[in-house]
Amino acid sequence: MSQAVIQVEQLSKRYRLGQTQTLRQRLMSMVVPSCRDAKVHNQSQDFWALRDVSFRVEPGKVLGVVGHNGAGKSTLLKLLSRITDPTSGTATIHGRVASLLEVGTGFHPELTGRENIFLNGAILGLKRSEIKKHFDRIVDFAEVDRFLDTPVKRYSSGMYVRLAFAIAAHLEPEVLIVDEVLAVGDAAFQRKCLGKMSDVAQSGRTVIFVSHNMAAVRNLCHEAILLDSGRVAHAGDTPEVIDAYLNQLFASTASNGEVNWEDNSGAPGSEEVRLLSVRVTDPAGQRRGVFDLSEPVQVELTYRVRKPVDDMRWVIKVMCDDGTIALATTDHTQRAARTEPGVFRSICTIPERLLNVGRYTLRINAGCPGLKILVPSKPYLRFQTTRTTDHGSHYTEQWPGAVAPLLDWKMKPITPNELETCTGIAA
Amino acid sequence: MSSTPYSSVLPPVGSLSSESHQTVIRPSRGLAALDPRELWRRRELAWVLALRDLRVRYKQTFLGVAWAVIQPLATMVVLHIFFGKVMGMADKVGGVPYPVFLYAGLLPWTLFANAVTASSNSLVGNAHILSKVYFPRLLLPLSATLVPAIDYAIAFVVLAGLMVWFQVPVTVGLVLVPLLVLSTVIAVLGVGILLASLTVCYRDFRYVVPFMLQLWLFMTPVIYDLSFVPEQYQWLMHLNPMAGTIDAFRAVVLDQPVNYAAWLVSTTVAAVTLLVGLTFFAKLERRFADVV
Repeated sequence: MSQAVIQVEQLSKRYRLGQTQTLRQRLMSMVVPSCRDAKVHNQSQDFWALRDVSFRVEPGKVLGVVGHNGAGKSTLLKLLSRITDPTSGTATIHGRVASLLEVGTGFHPELTGRENIFLNGAILGLKRSEIKKHFDRIVDFAEVDRFLDTPVKRYSSGMYVRLAFAIAAHLEPEVLIVDEVLAVGDAAFQRKCLGKMSDVAQSGRTVIFVSHNMAAVRNLCHEAILLDSGRVAHAGDTPEVIDAYLNQLFASTASNGEVNWEDNSGAPGSEEVRLLSVRVTDPAGQRRGVFDLSEPVQVELTYRVRKPVDDMRWVIKVMCDDGTIALATTDHTQRAARTEPGVFRSICTIPERLLNVGRYTLRINAGCPGLKILVPSKPYLRFQTTRTTDHGSHYTEQWPGAVAPLLDWKMKPITPNELETCTGIAA
Repeated sequence: MSSTPYSSVLPPVGSLSSESHQTVIRPSRGLAALDPRELWRRRELAWVLALRDLRVRYKQTFLGVAWAVIQPLATMVVLHIFFGKVMGMADKVGGVPYPVFLYAGLLPWTLFANAVTASSNSLVGNAHILSKVYFPRLLLPLSATLVPAIDYAIAFVVLAGLMVWFQVPVTVGLVLVPLLVLSTVIAVLGVGILLASLTVCYRDFRYVVPFMLQLWLFMTPVIYDLSFVPEQYQWLMHLNPMAGTIDAFRAVVLDQPVNYAAWLVSTTVAAVTLLVGLTFFAKLERRFADVV
């Protein structure tokens, strides 16, 4: 076993929750003993963002760090980047470390591109001589040579990001720590970031990569760790850890796969109809909050009809996060003209391979068209879709569109004769 | 396809000596947390950040570098009119030209006031960098002191001009000037670094500092000299880290007797402040990114 480039042992970080003490509180606690109690009380709200985390990374390996929001990923990056100190434990890193938690740190809008290259380079730890050595290549790469002496506040956002990234790309660290916030920006920029990282890894450097993008983690990382509530929940080969992560994701959002109301109090609806529950389930009827693109999503509505209603219909709108309607569906063709009192369950199946990766909100209503609203239209439930397997291309970013159905494509050669008869064009 | 440009960018890993750097991350303790070696290695950054402040300042101003001269000179003129002429102070300072008397006091005071203001805001003002990249945090207040220091150097030239204009004799006493500058720098860094860390933890200091400096000016022998203070309160004045130094600096410039005791006490207080400031800074440094 070769020597580890990064050796982390029992690393922990504690934060104090709540308001930090103001000067007045601090002074009071020094003077008046009773105010000290407040301080003691504060200590009981300690929060361990990271607890006894240990792992090692060997040279040339890419380690993925995955976990929910708040699992401790950012804290781990901050500790390894030395931005903040651990509360206990150690981490030993051999070699020069560069951490990219964002690009363009310290860029000043009033300064020119040229001045910002030197400023940002120095902040990232490059010596002036190193920046001079790489200067022309940075400018070439960023394609900003015509605007070198223009203040960056006049740059387009694309130019700004290209320049910032070009500087970061010329760091020559043995250890690179990258946050997924780098994967903001347009698709081309994301590809650059990911391309850069696989290059770094292939040139024998060690990379720590934090991401929510499982396809990127699967492609780039040799091994991975899963953080949960500040602890290492799983460590090992990437596919194994991703499985553990997704299982955790399914389990912890299960409660979000369902919303219930007491029969009478507060259930949305009207005199005639009350909604009792909305659930999203897999084909086996297991409710879940997260679905893979390769499985259908069943939306299950349970409701009580209290008085006979005529011509009632349900409408489900599947909304994207940005508020657009991905699709809308209604049940009116399946329904008898009159519904008698009783408890009913309607199930609508959204087929597999229809939705895109993302979060969707279900906006549901019931009514008699043109007459009355039976259940008001509101966002009642959210669920999430992920892609755990690659779909064959190297496109690791989000596919555009509210839906991403697999459509049928055919290709065939056309003979000159056919061309003539079809289009009237002589070949 | 997008990956090709990068391969040319990166040198083979063999060209780097991996044994040269080893970073051990652990809870830091005491003054050692300041890591003077690392501070020296990254010294360029202090200069680059100062250059940024300098450039930004002059990009937005019409008079540019002239402000370094205008500020103490205009203050001197105003104080001369009100205190020198109207209140008759000009006749009570031992027969030396009051404008030079004032300017010699304002010169170190302006450095002190501007540098303390800049460094006390340096951590909060650079929070966006502090929370994203590691570098020795002490570079920020140090770098913030550099721009006022450049102003100070320029204003020094004006003092020479005033001495010629008012025909102040040049004496051997002036050899003490470098030592007096050192005393001033110790006081500037001491108070600046202390306030920089306090400002991060308690934002009250953003309001306290300008107000405090205003009062501090009147508690420092700039408009008057130490002999104006009743004998039994003089020791209290010496505890002001700038008082003895400013008084001695002016005495040297105007060829008056130097109060060495006052200078020594003020400098000692300044040195203790610097030590306390550094200890405080080291203790709080690891929390900066969390609270800023």
